[in-house]
Amino acid sequence: MRRFGAPLLFLLPASVLILLFFIIPVFVTIALSLTDLSTATIRNPSWVGFDNYLRLFSDPFIPKILGNTARYVILTLTFNVVMGLVLAILTSLIPERWGDNFRSLWLLPRILPPVVYVFVWQGIMARAPFGIISEITGVNQSWINAAPWTTIILANGFVGASFGMLIFTSAIRAIPRELFYSAAVDGAGTLQTVRRVVLPLLRWPILFVTVYQTLSLLTSFDYILLLTNGGPGLFKTTVWSLHAYKLALSNYFGQIEFGLAAALATFLVIIGVLVSVVYMRIFNFNALVSQPKIEVN
Amino acid sequence: MPLLPQRWRLFVILLIVIGLPILTGLVWLILTSLFDRVHGLIPQGPFGPENWRFLVEPSIQGRPPVWVALFNSIVFSAAVAVIEVLVSAMAAYAISRMQFPFRRTYLGFVLMLHAFPAISLIIAIFYVLRILGLFDTLMGVILVKASLELPLGIWLMKGFFDNLSWEMEMGALVDGASRWTVFWRIALPMVRPGILALGTFAMLSAWGEFILPFTLIVSGKSWTMALYLQSFMGEAFTDYGLMAGVGLFYVLPVVLFFLLGQKYLLNIYSGGVKG
Repeated sequence: MRRFGAPLLFLLPASVLILLFFIIPVFVTIALSLTDLSTATIRNPSWVGFDNYLRLFSDPFIPKILGNTARYVILTLTFNVVMGLVLAILTSLIPERWGDNFRSLWLLPRILPPVVYVFVWQGIMARAPFGIISEITGVNQSWINAAPWTTIILANGFVGASFGMLIFTSAIRAIPRELFYSAAVDGAGTLQTVRRVVLPLLRWPILFVTVYQTLSLLTSFDYILLLTNGGPGLFKTTVWSLHAYKLALSNYFGQIEFGLAAALATFLVIIGVLVSVVYMRIFNFNALVSQPKIEVN
Repeated sequence: MPLLPQRWRLFVILLIVIGLPILTGLVWLILTSLFDRVHGLIPQGPFGPENWRFLVEPSIQGRPPVWVALFNSIVFSAAVAVIEVLVSAMAAYAISRMQFPFRRTYLGFVLMLHAFPAISLIIAIFYVLRILGLFDTLMGVILVKASLELPLGIWLMKGFFDNLSWEMEMGALVDGASRWTVFWRIALPMVRPGILALGTFAMLSAWGEFILPFTLIVSGKSWTMALYLQSFMGEAFTDYGLMAGVGLFYVLPVVLFFLLGQKYLLNIYSGGVKG
């Protein structure tokens, strides 16, 4: 036992924190989803089996929320990947120093605190005099209320595009120079080089970004919460994860529904676990866990 | 790409055009905070220190002073960074250098958690914090934030330890130094770039964090800057000037950081972050 004393000590803090805030919460989520815990039953919750899940099937708003989620994930993801590709390719086609500056500019929305970032969007989309869009178009209205989906997708997209941009840029840098030279010798122009040399070699990075961002978009809701809070109107822009969050943690219709919210969250947790496992398989796991260097036990 | 196309200036112009919204937003924030009234991007009326009154007023409609929120944000970011770096480095060191049962399983598990969207656990985390008695405390949010980023941290630090030559550590161990001494005195100083990278990332990410404090903190005395600014949103009358002032004040350290270490940040963010 003494042999493994040292590793145990080094791993202890991380293991305790992971246990407390990852592993236990997974089981708590599932357990809560099997109870009727809510404002009404806060004193004596009881086990109700799969009632919460059955309630989801009969809830008339669930189809709408599912549709919103699909819309949000698909449109934002498309924007992220396409914009990421465009930025990575364009910044690779200009002198290095310029390219770095543009990449930094696109990193800015990601680094800005979300509350400040959303506030700027609110300002730009506001009524005149402050709103830029209202000033330019002459149509004085709250543009967030008029076009909530466009705002949400653009706001998320300007943050998300930089992820793909960085991954694709390093992938482009890893392409052997010879390929570019031989393409040039063969008389290929810029457009042809991009289409025939660069894009085919970016297949894996594109898949990686798509899988990774699908998962984080499915579960993230902070920008929607701040921008529209799921509105305007009834569930207009409410997505699955936001609905779960609001059912459990905000005073939604004056009633807190822990059990039902946990049932919604359980779906996200299951999808998260499944996709993470797949993701681990895609990467060459064995290469990553090569044997440790020092063995003096 | 190695060959510069002839028409590269055209691409620069294209990049400027698609990047324009970001610049516009930034200019709007600065102008709105500086002037009494702004029509779109055109300042009207005089320079308005009114927008910065939150700096001196002890309390705006029952809110805590901005300095309390600023202090909390500093404590929050610093503590998250220290805990995250130290705990990740310890675990990564063990994984990189030592043999123990289920090592592969442990590493595989950490890698899986790295992809796992932790925010889907927020409801249960709220519950766990209540049971631990850490709900509505800064300490509680610090622990949650640092823990949720541990998989990323362990992964990043393991890479740095793996690339380190181990002759010096080996020598020290043969001379009878303890594992901890070797870690603290030899290995840790050698992975300084990794510590800086992870520390910067953790600090910036904690500085901006919204959902966790929003969910896990109630009382004004524990508010961070994110909660302070958010408390002005959705009021019947939106004071854009004042909010822009608060926003700029909140974002200033980030912008400075950003200007100082652009290239450096590009490397951190390609290390893998949710988006």
